[in-house]
Amino acid sequence: MNTQSNAIRESPTESQVIAPAVIPASRRMYWSVRRELWESRSIYLAPLAVAALFLFGFLISIIHLREKMRAALALDPMRQHELIKQPYDLAAVLIMAATFVVGVFYCLDALHGERRDRSILFWKSLPVSDLTTVLSKASIPLVVLPLVTFAITVATQFIMLLLSSAVLLGSGVSVPTLWTQVSLFQMSLMLLYHLLAIHGLWYAPIYGWLLLVSAWARRAVFLWAALPLLAIGIVEKIAFNTSHFGSMLGHRIGGGPEAVTAPGAFPMDPPMTHLTPGNFLFSPGLWIGLAITAAFLGAAVRLRRYREPI
Amino acid sequence: MACIEARGLRKAFGTTIAVDGVNLRVEEGRILGLIGPNGAGKTTALNAILGLTPYQGELRVLGRDPWTARDQLMRDVCFISDVAVLPRWIRVSQALDYVGGVHPRFDRAKAESFLAKTTIRRTSKVRELSKGMVAQLHLALVMAIDAKLLVLDEPTLGLDILYRKQFYDSLLNDYFDRSRTIVVTTHQVEEIQNVLTDVMFIHRGRIVFDCSMEQVESRYLEVMVHPEQAAAARALKPMQERQVFGRSILLFEAVDRQQLAALGDVHTPSIADLFVAVMGKQAGEAQGAAR
Repeated sequence: MNTQSNAIRESPTESQVIAPAVIPASRRMYWSVRRELWESRSIYLAPLAVAALFLFGFLISIIHLREKMRAALALDPMRQHELIKQPYDLAAVLIMAATFVVGVFYCLDALHGERRDRSILFWKSLPVSDLTTVLSKASIPLVVLPLVTFAITVATQFIMLLLSSAVLLGSGVSVPTLWTQVSLFQMSLMLLYHLLAIHGLWYAPIYGWLLLVSAWARRAVFLWAALPLLAIGIVEKIAFNTSHFGSMLGHRIGGGPEAVTAPGAFPMDPPMTHLTPGNFLFSPGLWIGLAITAAFLGAAVRLRRYREPI
Repeated sequence: MACIEARGLRKAFGTTIAVDGVNLRVEEGRILGLIGPNGAGKTTALNAILGLTPYQGELRVLGRDPWTARDQLMRDVCFISDVAVLPRWIRVSQALDYVGGVHPRFDRAKAESFLAKTTIRRTSKVRELSKGMVAQLHLALVMAIDAKLLVLDEPTLGLDILYRKQFYDSLLNDYFDRSRTIVVTTHQVEEIQNVLTDVMFIHRGRIVFDCSMEQVESRYLEVMVHPEQAAAARALKPMQERQVFGRSILLFEAVDRQQLAALGDVHTPSIADLFVAVMGKQAGEAQGAAR
């Protein structure tokens, strides 16, 4: 490796620059994301645990599945569909809720934890830019968590279908009816769209804000993330007796009216007509949110440059 | 091109001036000891060199501005800033994977062979290792990187003497060659005395002493003075005088060896003694200025 020492020492710093082995940015990114997964195993363990818990409950509930199916088949097609599909939607909602919580707490700790345990001094001793680091951390809630949620949810729903089919076999209730009522493929498509659109794009400013606070706060990250928002709401209420800020936040967390589904309907509600990707992609709310996210992340990158261990 | 070049390097935290107009030039292939009392500005100066903190003045490390180009600089610079900064959750194998994944000059086989000499298991997490083992692991990671500059800021603080000795031994035997530069700060001056090629003292944000070890040996002499010669010796204006077992030891700067030999036993002072003398002089000057 170090043959330079034998060579004649002519302008050595120059000569050593020959063939600067460079690692492509994508590879640094890949390892940075892997590092996050090593550190925060809750990213996949928490949704897995929820899925396991749900399946356990479901397993007990299917004792009564035969009666339930018979009762459902007597109803009109619309109600019938809703009733049969209900547990599958519930599984998705619970797993999504789990990953949302994981995402929030992950972001709060992402740029704070490394300063608290002083490991930022180690990370900064490696040729990885602050931008790469912050982007790799942002990609966890924006990309990784939605995909993990998707995979675990689909697997859970598939297992539920298999279990139900096993119970229904030989009961007289037709198994194919179940499979047509619970269309796994259609359900998965809508789930994927919902996850990428809402959790990946619409929620992005929430995660961006949390990452920014995480890079800035010395302690009590959660309080610093929540209190300013509360303060703005209160000041607005006192000063103008309005609550635009609060309703804006509610709108953001609620998913927005332009979001995937009609208000009041559950995301994975059957009729495909609820899906309005066109409206969603052209809604100003989405793009304003993404611009704000970019600003938050840019500020987080800048802060990380200046940050020292705490 | 010098490895590190600073002109008028300055850094203030509010009203506290941590680094106050430091000029310094470290040539390639040197092992520089940066020595100073607590709060002298050592770590701040090193942080500026490593691109961890913004600064005023001019600073070039391997021809780059460390603050704006930290990530590129880190391809050629390695540092151990303080002990135990490896994340506690990481496994040894993961640390090897990660550094290998992001660092173009990391030689995994080399790191593995360093680790083979220790009792560190690949499957262990850092939190399960003793403090000494964490330092060994960090050193193994760093030594497997073909860097041009290695900066060590108190790398052995809190380690027992066996680990400390081993640390500097492996650094010298397995890592250092004439094309690399090492900058090290420590309070255990006497342990690195034989390792250094250059020494700098920093006091209140300023470099107060900058000398190669050869110069130290030729320029500074310590004399254990025969009691009857004490007055004659003091007439030569020693930098410092101290008493050991009832005998005076005087430290001289740029006084002829022959002349001193007549006064007592002459030997080269240790860096620690030189440091105390220089710091004493600084304090004296500060007092003088205050009066």
